[in-house]
Order: sequence, then C-alpha cells, then structure tokens
Amino acid sequence: MPDLLEIAQRIAADATGDEQIEAYVSWHRETEIRAFEGAVESLSSAEAAGIGIRVIRDHRQGFAYVGDLDERHAREALEEARDNAKFSSIDEHAGIATSDGVTPKVLELWDDQLADYPNEKKIELAIELERLVRSGDQRIRQVVSSDYGDAAGESAIASSNGIAATSRETTCYVSADVVAGEGDDTQTGGGYSIGRGPVDIDLAKASGDAIDRATRLLGATKPVSSRLTVIFDPRITATLISIIAGTLSGEEVARGRSLFADRIGEEVAVTSLTLVDDPTDVRAFGASSIDAEGLACRRNALIESGKLTQYLYDSYSARIGGTVSTGSAVRSGFKSIPGVGARALCLVPGDLDQSAMIATIDSGLLVQGISGVHSGVNRVSGDFSVGAEGVMIRNGHLAEPVREITIASTIQKMLQNVLAIGSDLEWLPSSAAGVSLAISDISMSGA
Amino acid sequence: MTDLEGALVDQTDLERALNAALGSGGEFAEVFVEDRRTTGISLDDGRVEELTTGRDRGAGIRVVFGETTGFAHTADISSPGLIAAARAAAAVAKQGGGGVREVALTGKSYPTHSTVSIYPESVSKATKVALLERADDVARSTSGAISQVSAGYGDGRRRFVVANSDGVFAGDDQVRTRLFVMCVANGDAGMQTGYESVALTVGYELFDQIGVEETASTAARRAIAKLSARPAPSGTLPIVLKSGTGGILFHEACGHGLEADHILKDASVYANRLGELVASPLVTLVDDGTVTDQWGTSAIDDEGNPTQRNVLIENGVLTDYMWDFLRSRKEGRASSGNGRRQSYQHLPMVRMTNTYLLPGKEDPEEIVSQTENGVYVAHLGGGQVNTATGDFVFGMTEAYLIENGKITDPIRDANLIGNGPDVLQKIDAVGSDFAMCPGTCGKDGQSVPVGCGQPTMRITGVTVGGTAGA
Repeated sequence: MPDLLEIAQRIAADATGDEQIEAYVSWHRETEIRAFEGAVESLSSAEAAGIGIRVIRDHRQGFAYVGDLDERHAREALEEARDNAKFSSIDEHAGIATSDGVTPKVLELWDDQLADYPNEKKIELAIELERLVRSGDQRIRQVVSSDYGDAAGESAIASSNGIAATSRETTCYVSADVVAGEGDDTQTGGGYSIGRGPVDIDLAKASGDAIDRATRLLGATKPVSSRLTVIFDPRITATLISIIAGTLSGEEVARGRSLFADRIGEEVAVTSLTLVDDPTDVRAFGASSIDAEGLACRRNALIESGKLTQYLYDSYSARIGGTVSTGSAVRSGFKSIPGVGARALCLVPGDLDQSAMIATIDSGLLVQGISGVHSGVNRVSGDFSVGAEGVMIRNGHLAEPVREITIASTIQKMLQNVLAIGSDLEWLPSSAAGVSLAISDISMSGA
Repeated sequence: MTDLEGALVDQTDLERALNAALGSGGEFAEVFVEDRRTTGISLDDGRVEELTTGRDRGAGIRVVFGETTGFAHTADISSPGLIAAARAAAAVAKQGGGGVREVALTGKSYPTHSTVSIYPESVSKATKVALLERADDVARSTSGAISQVSAGYGDGRRRFVVANSDGVFAGDDQVRTRLFVMCVANGDAGMQTGYESVALTVGYELFDQIGVEETASTAARRAIAKLSARPAPSGTLPIVLKSGTGGILFHEACGHGLEADHILKDASVYANRLGELVASPLVTLVDDGTVTDQWGTSAIDDEGNPTQRNVLIENGVLTDYMWDFLRSRKEGRASSGNGRRQSYQHLPMVRMTNTYLLPGKEDPEEIVSQTENGVYVAHLGGGQVNTATGDFVFGMTEAYLIENGKITDPIRDANLIGNGPDVLQKIDAVGSDFAMCPGTCGKDGQSVPVGCGQPTMRITGVTVGGTAGA
C-alpha cells in the first residue's frame, strides 16, 4: 500500500503564498459475506481509496475529490479545488485547522490478526450464525441475511499549516436479519456482534439477540392512545442522545438552527443527567485519536448535572463562535469537507438496572424499537414524533407487547422529564453508547 | 438512443475480463465500468460555503456460480486492473473445472427517456452560484420571519458500460440536476422549518421548467405556515394526501414488499399472493423507469436491461413483482429492468424506478369537502418500512386539520404510522389529478434516485403521532 501521509503532504506542499491546502487521503480494504440456506450467497472483497482536497484562497473555500490515488488524478483534483475556491463567497472564518498543541492519545484500534484471517473462516462464521438462528427457536421462519463483514482502514491528513496526522482502525462483525412468525402474525428482528477483530465475535450473542428481537413482539396489538412514562432500551437512548448532540453542534448554533443556542449555563435537563462525548475511550466504536482536521480528539462534557456546558466545534465553527476547536471535526469520507459531529457519546450511568426501573413504574411502556427518526424529529423546533414498538408496563411488571404506535414529545421536555438513568451502559456500533432511560409524560398514539 | 461510442473501455478489454472471470468455472460473469462526475454547491447563512467537484472511475465485476455470487471492484480500469478484479471475483467459483469460454460481445442501443438540452458542465460555476443566491434572496424576501436559509445545488453525469457473458453489452449516459431550499422561520412559539426540492433526470434546463423562485418561496411558505401551527392530533384519523406528496407512502408501504429479492426469500407480506385482491379496487400501482425526465428514469438499468413500465397492482389485484437479473434467472423469467446499484462499488439488486398510483375519477376538492374531520397532508418527509410486516412510518412536514369538510389550521410536524397492506385496503377516494416528486431510496446501504407519484386521495384511518388529544 502506498504511504498515505506522503501523498497528502506532497499535495499540501503545493500551496503558494497565502493559499491554504488540506489533503485527506484514505484507503480501506473490506470483505462482506452473506450466507443463505447454508451456502454463500455473495462474497465481496475490495480495496478502495480516495483523496479529498480543500483549498482556501483569499478567504474563499473550494473542494474537490477523486476516487483513486493516481498522482495525475490528484493533481487534477487540486486544480479543480483551486478553481472552485474562486466561486464561493468571501468568508473571514474560512480556513483549515491550526495545530493547538494538544498531543493525540495513542489508541489501539487495529487488530493485526484480521489481515491473515482466511475467507474460509469468515464464511464459516456467517453460515454458523444462520444455523444457530434457524435452530434456536421454532418460530423463526426465515433468516433473510446472515452476514460477516470486516474492514481495515487507514487515513492521513496533511496541510500547509503543518498538520500531519494518521489514523488506522479495523472492524469486524457478524449480523443476522430474521423473520419470526406464529399463526398469522409476523415480526422481524436483527442481532449482531462487533469488535476490532475476529476474536471479538460472539455468535451466541448475535443469534440470541436476533431471535429475541424477532419473537418478542409476536402477538403484539395496538394499544389505546394515552400519556404515560416510557423506558427506552439502551439502543433507543443511544439514538436519542445522538439527536441531542446534533443540536449542540457549534455550526448549528452559529447558524441559528439550534434549540440550545445562547443557553450555555442554563438548566436544560434534570440534575441527574450528564452527557459526555469522549472519543479517547477505546470502548467506543467511534473512538479516534485524531479528528477529521488532524487535531487531537478529547473528552467534552456537553451537559453536566443538567446544565448546558459546551457545544462541539470544528475549527471553522469555532472561529465563528469566537472560541477554539473541541477536536470534533468529522467527515463522512474523502468526498466531503469536515463538519462538526460527536463520535463517542455517553450518558453517565445511574444506579438502577432496567428491571429495577420497570419495578418503579405503575403504568408505562418499555420502548424496544423506534422508526422514522429521520422524518419524525425536527432538530430545530425540537418536535419529536417517532414510530415505536415495545411492551406495556403495569404495576411494575412487563405486560403485553404493542406495535404500530407513535410516541411524541419535544426534545426540550424529554430532557426535563427524565425520571431515571440506568446502570446498564452498552457500547454500540454508532457514535453513542446506550443506557436504559425513563422519561415521563410522553404521548403514545395508538388506536 | 443510448450510445456505446466513446466508451470508457475497449470492447476487447471487456471480453478479456469476462473470459478471466469465467476462467475458474463461473457460470455467469458481468463487468460494470463507470465514470461519474459530480458538482455540489451549498449556500448557508447567506454565503456560498462550498463548491465541490468530484470524479469516481472504476469497475465492479461479479461472477455467479450456482447460488453464489462473487464480487470485486477496482478503481483501475486498465486491462490488467480489470483482469485482476475479475480473478478476485472468480475466487468463489474455484470448485469448478473451468475450461475456456470465449465471450463475444455485440453492442446494443436502447431508446432514452430523458433529453438533455443543457449539459451542466457547459454552465459556468458562477451561474450555478448565482442560482443559489437567487434562492436565498427570494426566500428571505418572502417574510421577515425567515431567519435562516440554506440551499443546495447538485448535478451529476454518470456514464457506464455493462457487459456480461450472456452477451449483454450496453451503456448509458445519465445526467441529473437538483436543487433544494431549506428555511427556518422564527416566531413567538419557537422556530419552524420548511423544505422544498426539485430534481429531474435532465440538464440545467431544469430551471427553465421549474423556476428557482417557486422552489424557494414554497420552502419559505411552509416554514411560516407552521409558526402558527397547533400540535398535531394523536390517534387514528382519516387523512387526505395532496397529489404528488404521498407517493413516498406507496413506495415505502407496498413498493419495497413487491421487490423480488424479498419475495423469493419469503420475507414480504406480498409473497405468494399473485392474483389476490391486496388493495382497494381503486388502486392501480405502477413502477415505470420510462417516465419522461423523472428522477428515477433511465434508458437501461445497471445490468444492461431496458427499463419498462411494470403494472404491479391493477384495480386492487396483485399482478407482478419487480425483478433484477439474479432473481429473474432463478425463476426462469425476464428481468423487468429493475436491477440497480449505487455505484461500481456495489452489487446490483432489485430497486424501484418511478413508482406511482394512477389517478381516479373524483374531484380533489370534493374529496376534502366530503371528509368531516381529519388531516390534510400537503407535504411528506422521509419514511421507513419493514417489508416483512408492512409496518411503515413517515413524517408530515406540511399538514393541516380538516374540520367539517374544510382545511383549517396548520399542524406541527408529526409522524404517521400504519401498515402498508392495511392502508391499501383503506383507500376510499382517488382524485383525477396527479403529480410526481423526487426522492432518494435507501436499501441495504445503497442509495439510488427514485420518483414517486400519486393523485389526491383519502385513507380512512391512519395513526397520527401528535401530542394533542384526538
């Protein structure tokens, strides 16, 4: 494999005069295997790479990318980025990051074993997962997909401001999508196991999860609309805190699109709630030693004991906000410029596990799945309305399963209505960890 | 007609790659070579923040051996690069003895269903920037309540060639152009947002057909209307969908369940139900990749088969599913031209093109006046469906109460939730009007452009996820 940092530095070194150049170069190799009915349905293997180049000239920004590492193509992309910069507006805040002296933490996110792990073994994992699910419960009607996947990726960032940073990581997972049925009733569910390498794969967890999630809502009915207390499963809480962190982006604040703008220091949540983004925690799947501009990732507390303490910034939004980057630049790949985002969100856990939380509730709903988050949550107004499924709670016990309902409130109210935060912290393959979370006064719409 | 002149790669290179792909016993091989250029411009907070151009070139090669598909992709489209990827894809078929098979290709051309009169690359970047600045001006001048505007312009040109061991050899040159405007309005009760987009499989003449002013003012009007919005009701109510707004409902709630990959795995509510009455007799549902200029339109699909008009449900009766190469091969039938992929880095699968419900006979205004109490949905956001159960959700981004047969107050954003098969039965009025809108469909991690359409129509009961007692 070519030296990515060298490629990035060669591009950045082309800067002349006041021009700023930032080059981001990434490469990854991945394998994806899908098993069906005991055989391989598909096996994909690929290497892909690309270069994204940002140019700032006369306070104007331009960007271009190319989907390979060819030197001639990189040169064309640089000239395109320079040309593009001529057409954007003058923005006194435009610019790339400047080193802030914070030393990146060394994180081990790479499993050497992955490179030598043979395809035969990978295929076995996918086929064995399917077998475990099919034989695990007689209500399983179909295993739509049973997948094994892995990826090894490296990236480098270099800039004319002297930034030179690299990072690398591996991931490895299995997952199954399952249809279960009983009589006329059909339900679906999925399970997975994920880690940095093959040694982290737990087939029993993945199959058990898939079976449980597909079967637990069999016989579910649509309840009558009411207003009640809900407990979110950890996976749902992870989604919720990701949405909240999105509203705490320094860029959204600067653009007047955050419902939390101008509220630093205010009590925005109950005092038991502390929300942190810490990409230096290696348990997080979003862990990273450097951000997407090459600055060190660091721990940021966003809400502390209910008080809003901090927004997240990349270097651009920090300049607008008159502050410094929090090392929170993210990018979705070489095809886009950096933006602001969280990587490793986590609510500081409380004392009760989920069953103890359920025991405290007379009448409520345990929410196990939500849908329509993209369309149902307005990050500007705070309106929150999503599809949901789960199990009713009566007199401190789980009762009948329910489906085809919506739950609604606003983000602002939910933060103030938190009754309890669970002790059951679970790191998930996303930018957030989950805990069980009890919130009162939610509108449930059903029949 | 589509054209293989000026191809991305020599015919002999394709033939060599196919021969290499079949060299270890594969039964079928396909080479897909793509060259995609994109331009994106974003305006935010009154400034053109970013002008991005990009280029992706590469090839995806698949080899089928029994029920197994091997796939590899490469950014190196030289002959040695293609052969290396072909061998990697063929590795799954190594059980076979192989032998030598020689593939000979004969190029075919097909009629196109969109015309490009102004190629976006021929329009200056400055002109495109000015378009966004105009959108910003128009939106802000709509009302003093508009506090923020963001807008995005995008164009893309995607050329590809696909060749396979069955002798398919075809190519396409697809040009798509789009614009969106998002506004934030500030009022006493907080902020609200409004969104509008236009997108067609055409060139820059898109903006001669649909003015940027219209797009910007629609987005602004939506945000302002919601400033005085009441909380959405909570409970099950009749809803009237304005034409062109609810097509996404049918895309999500029944279209996905009619994709043959779900059907063949018995993971759809519509499996084994051909010939059955699955919807109100008022419903005729079509997927059609040939609708002139629409967002999901193309001459051929990404497997080299011509797109066509497929009737899926006719007068309520399920008539057919949608098919790609692999699933139609399994069933011994022809592909319906629904094999699509996001890029050369992805395997094709069954995807929709433009999916729409045919108009009926009723006067749209009368559908509203005959609805005692309910919700009038004027714009829908995104949605999501579980194809195995048919359960769906999607967001209302512009909606009003219907009270005593009249459209009254706007309501705040909320989700609708329901079950696809159930909703299809509950359609009791279909209007004589019709409109389409663009969308992006995600499936298995791949996104492709699609069109959706429908007339004004009423569904007798859908659960509205608001916070006000219904």
